[in-house]
Amino acid sequence: MRDVEAGGVGGAGGVRGVKGAGGTSGARGGGGASGIDGIGGVDGASRVDGTGGIGEVEGYAGAVGAVPGGPLLLGVRHHGPGSARAVRAALEAARPRAVLIEGPPEADALVPLAADEEMRPPVALLAHAVDEPGRSAFWPLAEFSPEWVALRWALDHDVPARFVDLPAAHSLARRDHEERDGEEAGGGPGERSGAPVPESRVDPLAALARAAGHDDPERWWEDVVEHRGPGDGNALAPFTALEEAMGALRETEEDGADDDRDRVREAYMRLQVRAAQREFGTDVAVVCGAWHVPALRRGVTVAADRALLKGLPRTKVDLTWVPWTHRRLSRSGGYGAGVESPGWYAHLFAAADRPVERWLTRVAGLLRDEDRLVSPGHVIEAARLAGTLAALRGRPLAGLSETTDAVRAVMCDGSDVPLALVRDRLVVGDVLGQVPAGAPAVPLQRDLARTQRGLRLKPEARRRELELDLRKDTDAGRSRLLHRLRLLGVDWGEPAASRGSTGTFRETWRLRWEPELSVRVAEAGVWGTTVLAAATARAEADAVTVGGLAEVTALAERCLLAGLPDALAPVMRILADRAALDTDVGHLAQALPALVRSLRYGDVRGTGTRALAEVAAGLAERVFVGLPSACVALDADAAEEMRGHVDTVHGAVGLLGDASLPGRGGLRSRWQEVLRTLCARDAVPGVVRGRAVRLLLDDGALAPDEAARFMGLALSRGAPPADAAAWIEGFVGGGSGGGMLLLHDERLLALVDAWLTGVTAEAFTDVLPLLRRTFAAYEPGVRRGLGELVRRGPEARGSVTATGSGTPGFAPGLDVERADAVLPVVRLLLGLATDGAEGDGAQGDNAEGDGAQAGNAEGDGRSRTGRDGNELTEVGA
Amino acid sequence: MPVSVNEMSVNESSGERPPGERLSGAEKLRPHAEQAFAGELAALAAQDDRPRPARWKLSPWAVATYLLGGTLPDGTVITPKYVGSRRLVEVAVSTLATDRALLLLGVPGTAKTWVSEHLAAAVSGDSTLLVQGTAGTPEEAIRYGWNYARLLAEGPTRDALVPSPVMRAMRDGGTVRVEELTRIPADVQDSLITILSEKTLPIPELGQEVQAVRGFNLIATANDRDRGVNDLSSALRRRFNTVVLPLPGTAEAEVEIVTRRVDQIGRSLDLPPAPGGIEEIRRVVTVFRELRDGLTGDGRTKVKSPSGTLSTAEAISVVTGGLALSAHFGDGVLRAGDVAAGVLGAVVRDPATDRVVWQEYLETVVREREGWQDFYRACREVSA
Repeated sequence: MRDVEAGGVGGAGGVRGVKGAGGTSGARGGGGASGIDGIGGVDGASRVDGTGGIGEVEGYAGAVGAVPGGPLLLGVRHHGPGSARAVRAALEAARPRAVLIEGPPEADALVPLAADEEMRPPVALLAHAVDEPGRSAFWPLAEFSPEWVALRWALDHDVPARFVDLPAAHSLARRDHEERDGEEAGGGPGERSGAPVPESRVDPLAALARAAGHDDPERWWEDVVEHRGPGDGNALAPFTALEEAMGALRETEEDGADDDRDRVREAYMRLQVRAAQREFGTDVAVVCGAWHVPALRRGVTVAADRALLKGLPRTKVDLTWVPWTHRRLSRSGGYGAGVESPGWYAHLFAAADRPVERWLTRVAGLLRDEDRLVSPGHVIEAARLAGTLAALRGRPLAGLSETTDAVRAVMCDGSDVPLALVRDRLVVGDVLGQVPAGAPAVPLQRDLARTQRGLRLKPEARRRELELDLRKDTDAGRSRLLHRLRLLGVDWGEPAASRGSTGTFRETWRLRWEPELSVRVAEAGVWGTTVLAAATARAEADAVTVGGLAEVTALAERCLLAGLPDALAPVMRILADRAALDTDVGHLAQALPALVRSLRYGDVRGTGTRALAEVAAGLAERVFVGLPSACVALDADAAEEMRGHVDTVHGAVGLLGDASLPGRGGLRSRWQEVLRTLCARDAVPGVVRGRAVRLLLDDGALAPDEAARFMGLALSRGAPPADAAAWIEGFVGGGSGGGMLLLHDERLLALVDAWLTGVTAEAFTDVLPLLRRTFAAYEPGVRRGLGELVRRGPEARGSVTATGSGTPGFAPGLDVERADAVLPVVRLLLGLATDGAEGDGAQGDNAEGDGAQAGNAEGDGRSRTGRDGNELTEVGA
Repeated sequence: MPVSVNEMSVNESSGERPPGERLSGAEKLRPHAEQAFAGELAALAAQDDRPRPARWKLSPWAVATYLLGGTLPDGTVITPKYVGSRRLVEVAVSTLATDRALLLLGVPGTAKTWVSEHLAAAVSGDSTLLVQGTAGTPEEAIRYGWNYARLLAEGPTRDALVPSPVMRAMRDGGTVRVEELTRIPADVQDSLITILSEKTLPIPELGQEVQAVRGFNLIATANDRDRGVNDLSSALRRRFNTVVLPLPGTAEAEVEIVTRRVDQIGRSLDLPPAPGGIEEIRRVVTVFRELRDGLTGDGRTKVKSPSGTLSTAEAISVVTGGLALSAHFGDGVLRAGDVAAGVLGAVVRDPATDRVVWQEYLETVVREREGWQDFYRACREVSA
């Protein structure tokens, strides 16, 4: 339904009237469609008596300005489907001999790739400085981008296409301090209001919308240009009207702060347009942001333009095509284009007619796939509601907000939950672009190669082992690089168990560069242009998608290892959110040790770990609150598991310590409170209660008398024998040195003994397996000692140490001299050297860090280290 | 308890009047919307030149203006009846304009009834066609009943039939309101299905039917988070467009609403105004909002949400209870201790899960908060 009525009449110069029936939107606008004339000296150049489409006229007056026979200037809004349609219609009508597009001219060589069969938008032109891949700029192009449409039109019609913006060589060299060069491409007037506005320029679209009495520039643009509604007071032929409006806007802006950057760019564009006109004749079309149109129209001497461009810094740049996604288009800032609804735009651009009805049908399909009951009746009602809403709001056609409101009210029962799905899948969309294999290498590869050279780490196909000493800068850098690559799925190195030391400062890697890793690097190119940036982006994305709490914690640990401080903050935020919403204390308890380990490890590496400590303390708090109620009504297996959780939390709290977090003090004392609650509650399974008593006893938070009282209670006649046996298992079982405790505290042993002898015959067979498990874990020496003590009977036992005859390896009294002789060594081990203790503190830290790093030993091992340390300290002091 | 811009005025004497005596509008406890705002409606109608759907008193645009407020070209000021999202009102009005039934959902205190009354008043000029939904609402309230004396005397005739508000609205092309739709038993609810889809109400006893004339529509209100309600069948649900009325958007707005209502209730209970009240109200509202939203006010920490609704109405009753405590048993100053028990009661509805949620909130959020120490201690005391 494209209908062209090219004609140039009247006016001083050539006038092109374009009647582009873009076929936007079907019958809705039909009735009142009125012809929109080209303005500025055009005499009836085009007229539509629109029955079919909506205001299908873009009158274009080529002779508005001072350039007679000037180029066809098509001012667009970047990523506007209406603009794209209008551009296509305008090109069809005018058939220019060359198409000039706002974009980096270095990409001219890449233009033919756009015609490649394997090229599928969304894609982006990526420019990066050769010697510094991190400095880069993106020009994202979607199917519905006017620039892409112009590019494809030129390729389809064998018309040369050129990019005419300021070369990336200049723009990348100039803007050292600006990160978001990608914004540049969207920086025209079509720039979405959501995107950050360049400092010195007010959003022209917002200014126009305000002038038209609209509070929302986005909607104003949609009404006036994208939907091109007839009969609307604001509806003007897009290109001309826009040019006039921009001209007016820029007039006022000219006296104020004219953006220096824009002036240079526009000077360059003017020169390029002139050059193109010399080459191809006047008949060239320029597709650029509407903002620039008045400037391109303005008559400025070549000399003046040249002067502006003189002495621009330049750097060596490389360009390539990279695949893009709709999700990225929708992100404002960073690499995004700030297009909030790329899926909707693509739909508007692709839909042949009745876009609202088609859209609602797609929404219904999506909701049905998710098992929601959506009938065609729903679609009908939603379409009616959307239409009525648009009428009520005075819009020419239902836009995204009307359709969304209608979907919410009719199909989603007023709820926003299914609507979020619609937004994610359709409004933004899952579209992934594709780039032909022939496209030049991505900058990530260059950055990797450069880093490899810098670290003297050559990719080799043969397998080799690499020992790293993290105290050396180069080795630390190598470790970080390998960790980052692993995060990116490029498994060049695999961590291996160190053969020698298990210190925190040592790492062993097994390296092997497989050819397919190059492909992986290329794939990882979508994440960023440098290994650091890509790994950071990847880690952030992973944090959102990974399943459990423990996985997020592990990710945090990997971020620390890979030295990604920027990724750590978002990962921590997600971790805190997950922890807040997780109702399973077990999950929280499992996540805690890794977090605490990361915290200590981070200390060793000198990474800022404040956020980590906050989250760890928060996690611990949640465990404290949830643990007592999570410990009731458990069966034997669950109780055993819970004891494990109590142990890991205890170890973690010990490591976390009180000092690590000012303002969050008293973690340890609150944990002891929780343990106390556990020991006293009958509903808590015996094994957990016993464990809690034991932990308190070991910490010195519970007097031995008190412990004996608890044991007495647990082993009294009233308690079921199985529960009592479990209590014993919790108290002295499982390789926690419980045997020695019984050996030394004869009161406790007497309690166990008395209980055991009182157990009835039937109950004895029930508790036997559990008791056997408890005592079988003891070392042979301990077992024998216990056996001898028991054999001697309760009477003799009271004087076991006094008689001196029994326990093997123990003298009757304390040999003070021999004990003193040991002290210096103990002090040395603990870093408590009598004087100059400060200096040795670090060593002590290292020693502890080693413990933390010891990998497989996990919580148990460490908690024991900590505890023993404490006891010994007391002895030493 | 609708949160409304216009609060009802308490007229103490009216309760004692003998029944049956005709009262003028001014003496009534509460005039209908179309009476109270007759002037505004007339001004809107006079200046409304936009197309009106059949039997509508105003155009959809004017109805939206009536609810949201504005100034007419001649300078008449239309007071806002609903302070909230313009989008929601537009969707509601458009729904009625497409002759779909409208279902207003929301927790207590979100002005559902208030909005439905004003919509009916603006659209049909009559908000009195009303079905009060209760667990005991019979089918007669939705379809029709019989005048049994006449039925016995004359047999089944049209005269012996007692039309329900729904039937009257169908006959006259008006707007009927159904309050608390989800409290109506499911089988009674279902009698609405045919009315809404076929727009007809058969009377098999007479071999007749009542067909709705253009302009007929139905506005239902329901509370979707209460327990013990009869969920709508999907068949019925499908016949409604649903608009969820949100709780107040900002903490300040909610504090404002709570303060005003507490003030009114306090006066009617003869409670002396308590100094320090605003501080505690702010805290209660903050706690309710944070737990409801699952997010702290600064947007930095997530928290679990308890099972209760924690509506604005509940916040009002918590503060009122606190006021009574401080007036009768305290020193007359509203303190953290006076509201703590009320907050606990409102939050912990399910003793097992909600208690953990509440304690976690206390320990991770309240304890750290600047200036909230007394509140924290008071809550710890009552929670223990």
